[in-house]
Amino acid sequence: MIDYLWLIPLLPLAGSALNGLLGKRLSKRAISIIACGSSGAALLVALGAVSSLLQMPAEERHVIRHFFTWIASGDFIAKAEFLLDPLSAVMLLVVTGVGFIIHIYSIGYMHAENGYYRFFSYMNLFLFSMLVLVLADNFLLMFVGWEGVGLCSYLLIGYYFDRRSAGDAGKKAFIVNRIGDVGFVLGMLLVFATFNSLDFDAVFRQIASGTERFPFETGLGILGAIGLLLFIGATGKSAQIPLYVWLPDAMEGPTPVSALIHAATMVTAGVYMTVRCSPIFSRSEVAMDTVAIIGILTALLAATIAVAQTDIKRVLAYSTISQLGYMFVAAGVGACSAAIFHLMTHAFFKALLFLGAGSVIHSMSGEQDMMHMGGLRKSIPITCATMMIAALAISGIPPLAGFFSKDEILWSAWTHGHPIVWLVGFAVAGLTAFYMFRLIFLTFFGSQHFSEEVRHHVHESPFSMTMPLIALAILSVVGGLYGLPALLGVGENGFFKFLEPSLSLAYHPAVAELPHSLEWVFAGASVLIASLGIYLAFSIYVAHPEAAANWGGKARRLHQLLVRKYFVDEFYDAVVIKPTLTGSTELLWKGVDVGIIDGSVNGVGARVYGWARVLKFVQNGLVRSYAAWILLGAILILFYVAMAGH
Amino acid sequence: MGILHYLVLSALLFAVGAVGVILKKNVISIFLCIELMLNAVNLSFIAFSRFLNQVNGQIVVFFVMVVAAAEAVVGLAITIALHRARNTLNVDDADIMKW
Repeated sequence: MIDYLWLIPLLPLAGSALNGLLGKRLSKRAISIIACGSSGAALLVALGAVSSLLQMPAEERHVIRHFFTWIASGDFIAKAEFLLDPLSAVMLLVVTGVGFIIHIYSIGYMHAENGYYRFFSYMNLFLFSMLVLVLADNFLLMFVGWEGVGLCSYLLIGYYFDRRSAGDAGKKAFIVNRIGDVGFVLGMLLVFATFNSLDFDAVFRQIASGTERFPFETGLGILGAIGLLLFIGATGKSAQIPLYVWLPDAMEGPTPVSALIHAATMVTAGVYMTVRCSPIFSRSEVAMDTVAIIGILTALLAATIAVAQTDIKRVLAYSTISQLGYMFVAAGVGACSAAIFHLMTHAFFKALLFLGAGSVIHSMSGEQDMMHMGGLRKSIPITCATMMIAALAISGIPPLAGFFSKDEILWSAWTHGHPIVWLVGFAVAGLTAFYMFRLIFLTFFGSQHFSEEVRHHVHESPFSMTMPLIALAILSVVGGLYGLPALLGVGENGFFKFLEPSLSLAYHPAVAELPHSLEWVFAGASVLIASLGIYLAFSIYVAHPEAAANWGGKARRLHQLLVRKYFVDEFYDAVVIKPTLTGSTELLWKGVDVGIIDGSVNGVGARVYGWARVLKFVQNGLVRSYAAWILLGAILILFYVAMAGH
Repeated sequence: MGILHYLVLSALLFAVGAVGVILKKNVISIFLCIELMLNAVNLSFIAFSRFLNQVNGQIVVFFVMVVAAAEAVVGLAITIALHRARNTLNVDDADIMKW
């Protein structure tokens, strides 16, 4: 099946083209069949390709399929080639699997929306771009997918384009991502300047073979510089400090979009890229530390903001940012397989949380404020149960998926010698459990805070929406079990073993050998702090609902700070946006454009006109005066010739 | 009599013609002045031809005379047309081609 690798991205592209071009004339049924059919078929081909990959011996699992030479200009050659190795295989399955499930869900969720075909066309186009991104075997092709997903993200955030806030959010996401992309492009140029190639294979092999040319550096070095530039791109795409501000606003898009693009797949592109480029990153301590520190700071910042948000989707958005921070921590301390492990489990439970939130919003006739929910567990039981599973999973309660992956990250942080990172990560784990169960309790428990009219409409979602919830819930439960044997000490993590060939070219620093019993202590501590967070949420929001108001009153300043998201948006507005706007308006527009450019063009015209007003009187229509001028001219020429002769 | 005498006479005739073109208002007078200028030039051609013992100057004079004849035809036709259209021979009255 590996020979059909090209089909995997092409199927969604075909679906997108079909729906985009003909969708207006097709029935909703036909549109959903095309969209879900193409993504489902892509999933099947991907499953086939990965199973072929699994049948190969571990060291041969590195398949490159050449399709055509895209650009050939002197030394520079960019090929359209796909690379299937364990790392891209995992991403391939996550993207097509979660993507397919969310396509199914969208049938039910979007059934009443205008522009149904537009939605599915964009969704399929997104799948295409994302698959190009993960399958690319060189930086340039990856960048094509990278930009493609950015475009689809913009289109889908602005799906309700008649709402001004949605349009603004789309633009914000697009522009913030462009800022990151500048870093990516610069990194790419530096790669080409250094290695004279953009192929992953060629670049990474040069690095791995030339140890004297590219030693491990505690400082920056050329590899560190490339790494940091690429990481700027990753902070844009994966919503890390300082470019995370677009993701919460991206919640303006339809909920399935938030689930697929802004939680499960696209935002993990930065993590994937960092892990893919681990041979580059891992050889510079500065680059690695930067990644880890940015990751942990983002995790902490976003988790604290999530505690005070009341919009159900915004809580999840900040939660996503926080979890992405965890992944970068893992990548930054050198535990790339842990990052991908968490990426996968996070894709399951965060997609589930978003789809569950969508189901809640759907049943509440569009209400998103958790303060106007409450007590929904009886009326929408399936949504409630599946969301509980996801919340337990993200909180890190064993044996659900999040426990294994998050624990692995914290454990790696400790063993790779970053105790402070571990400590902050440990605290964030408690915060995560707290805000997640705050969401659960405010939504599903306690008294109902909505009107009689809404109560009348509350209903469980249709089967096409609950079925994906159940499927994702199962994945959230079993997705982390790869980590079980390692924890019990009876074997190794099969997932890590599978990924190993992809990461073999990275520089692996020495890891502290710690007794296995210590791992049990760490795991126990994680569970303890997660339980503490859940208990706190329970006691505040269920046992003593009035306590929440008290807390808000007592720590008014802090509460305001969190509700207003540390005033980061205001800060950016004052420091970046306002000066840019003012500078553009006052200096560039009114000064340079109107003054200098328009001024010089109009000035030339005005001078010509002014002189012409004087000179036109020479043309007086009197033949005799013309004759006089001719004579004068002739005399002058004669005079000149006569003088020149001497 | 040296060549200088001829050339001075030619220059004087030319100057008279040129001044006449500029100062006279009557089309016919201007016309005659132009003829005067042409023939002043012819005079110097002939003088050079004679003193340099070359026939070229005389050939050019024939050309000038032919051109002058053609010019006289066109010029007089314009003069008649002007007179018919505006009922005047004063060139200063024909000045609508201006700003």
